[in-house]
Amino acid sequence: MEALKSELKNKIIEVLNLEEITPADINDHDPLFGDGLGLDSIDALELIVLMDKDYGIKLSDPKEGRNIFKSIETMASYIAEHRTK
Amino acid sequence: METEKGIVGAMRNVYIDQINCVTPLGLDIEKSWEALLTGASGIGLVQRMGHFADFYAATIPDNYINPPFDALPDVEASFSRLEKMMILALAPILEGKKISSRTGLIISTTKGNIGTLKHGDITGAQLPTSAHRIAQYFGLETAPIIVSNACVSGLLAVMVGRRMMLMGRYDEVYVVAGDEVTEFVVSGFNSFQAMSSQPCRPYDVGRDGVTLGEAAAALSLSLDTGSIAILGDASINDANHISGPSRTGEGLYQSIKGALTEAGLTAGEVDCISAHGTATVYNDEMESIAIERMNLSNVPVNSLKGNFGHTLGCSGLLELVMLAKSLSNNIVLPTKGLYTIGVTGSMMLPQERSTKLLTIGIKTASGFGGSNAAMVLRKVGQHA
Amino acid sequence: MRSPHVISHWVSLADRQINLDGDPIFDAKGTGFADFARQVYQFMEISYPKFHKMDALSKLAFLGAEVLLGHAGDNEKDIALLFMNRSGSLDTDLRHQESISNPDEYYPSPAIFVYTLANICLGEVSIRHQLQTESCFFVSDTFDADLMYNYAAYLLQSGKSKKVLCAWVEYLQGDYRGIFYLVEEGKGVEHHMNEIKKIVIT
Repeated sequence: MEALKSELKNKIIEVLNLEEITPADINDHDPLFGDGLGLDSIDALELIVLMDKDYGIKLSDPKEGRNIFKSIETMASYIAEHRTK
Repeated sequence: METEKGIVGAMRNVYIDQINCVTPLGLDIEKSWEALLTGASGIGLVQRMGHFADFYAATIPDNYINPPFDALPDVEASFSRLEKMMILALAPILEGKKISSRTGLIISTTKGNIGTLKHGDITGAQLPTSAHRIAQYFGLETAPIIVSNACVSGLLAVMVGRRMMLMGRYDEVYVVAGDEVTEFVVSGFNSFQAMSSQPCRPYDVGRDGVTLGEAAAALSLSLDTGSIAILGDASINDANHISGPSRTGEGLYQSIKGALTEAGLTAGEVDCISAHGTATVYNDEMESIAIERMNLSNVPVNSLKGNFGHTLGCSGLLELVMLAKSLSNNIVLPTKGLYTIGVTGSMMLPQERSTKLLTIGIKTASGFGGSNAAMVLRKVGQHA
Repeated sequence: MRSPHVISHWVSLADRQINLDGDPIFDAKGTGFADFARQVYQFMEISYPKFHKMDALSKLAFLGAEVLLGHAGDNEKDIALLFMNRSGSLDTDLRHQESISNPDEYYPSPAIFVYTLANICLGEVSIRHQLQTESCFFVSDTFDADLMYNYAAYLLQSGKSKKVLCAWVEYLQGDYRGIFYLVEEGKGVEHHMNEIKKIVIT
């Protein structure tokens, strides 16, 4: 799980072009949206693509994303449970 | 010393003179309008387009375009499908008209011939390539102006034409708009989760996204003749987010306000509004906020996206010419696909066609990049 | 009634160099645009994380406007934006096309797709400087001074805008050129086509 979380942090920084942030800046339980990393609606859509491309998870209802992408912790848990890649 | 020249047309109005369109409902304005009156929709199930299968879109069957196009004088088969649509829309308007260095041509499109990128042809996708071909076909002397400004392009192009005429640069301007349904755009809207799973439902509580459409539309602007006068216009950016509209509808509100102020009119004098109504959750909600803020809640509003789909760079112009038809015929059109109103701002959204004396109409549009546009029209003649 | 408008300042971004009112103010090391953009961002001490999400065209527009409006000094918000280029958003269009070219690896990116509209770069400048103003994106084979001049003059004389930021922002496959000029009342060269051509067309 730790490896997955670390991998996620690196992927998010790369995919969302968070050039001024390092993996060390992202805590497992920090909110990704809102005040946390300040991600926005386009970032949320990118994360949905990331889930599909890298982990084979297709989110049938994009609104599910709100809960899944709450934090690195929630993302990693969801991926660990549902990944097909 | 050179000085800046002044607005010469300050005391004159620019009129919409002739209008035309090529849509899934008909290959000219009369056929499309008649179909619209019956409540017809050009939206159907597309079986396959590249990676995508079984999605809704308003497309023009391929074999509809070539016969009337081939019947035009001096055409070449080398024109692209989109160019054919645009030439078909503009040809009847330009027929027999005098063209000089005082004649302007404005072209509106978001993606042009984007399909050529599939074959690695970049030049073919360059908008000026297409624009020059179209201008050359019609014998235009001036370089065509191309407006490519997301989904407000069609309406903005008319505004640019009017403004250039008021500056005394042109005596008459022809505006043509067009966009196609392509895998390029379908794949993009899909990545935005913005494609509706059903024929789109503007302003409806169950709306879930856009239905794309394709069309071409054209009109002529004149300083002296025309049945519809353009009294005011404005295009104000939200300055909020590149893809999400302002939650307070700020840019649209200011656009409508600016257009009405220039027209010297109040909200109470407006008879009907043709809005953008793309059927995404956020766009329609934003529009309702702007409408209510402008005290236009008692004015019948409609969206034509349920009939034509969202025709992107053509939508502003196509829907503008249909507004002109509505004004000329005193007919208020309903919003197809709307069953239960599901927006917060107070809006009057008739679900039935009605006849009402119409004089003042407003066309609005909004688009990615925070763009918005509004134009105020007054019917002055009897025909259109 | 004619009102005297001037071109108060202009900026060019090309060949790894920034010129302000004709004088070089920054010279970058390295070759590519991405590198140049990053260096300019650091040189100007900008703190705006969204910059890194932008496509090349938007970065070019953003940086030019940043230099020009930063130099212009006052906090005037009624600045219209008139941008123009030859290639529209083609550079990013190619990236989106790439992402949909392999049916087995078909993952179009919303962050790329949003930039497949030429006017987004204009939206980025609007957002950065909070400009709720008139704007338009034109595409033209070569810079159309006639259009830019007339349209800017209209916005100013009609009272629809207090100032106008006009720009040629062209980016395609690594080739870039951004020329930005501000039209307003006050000190500067006369706002006229000949002056515009001197600045933009080289």
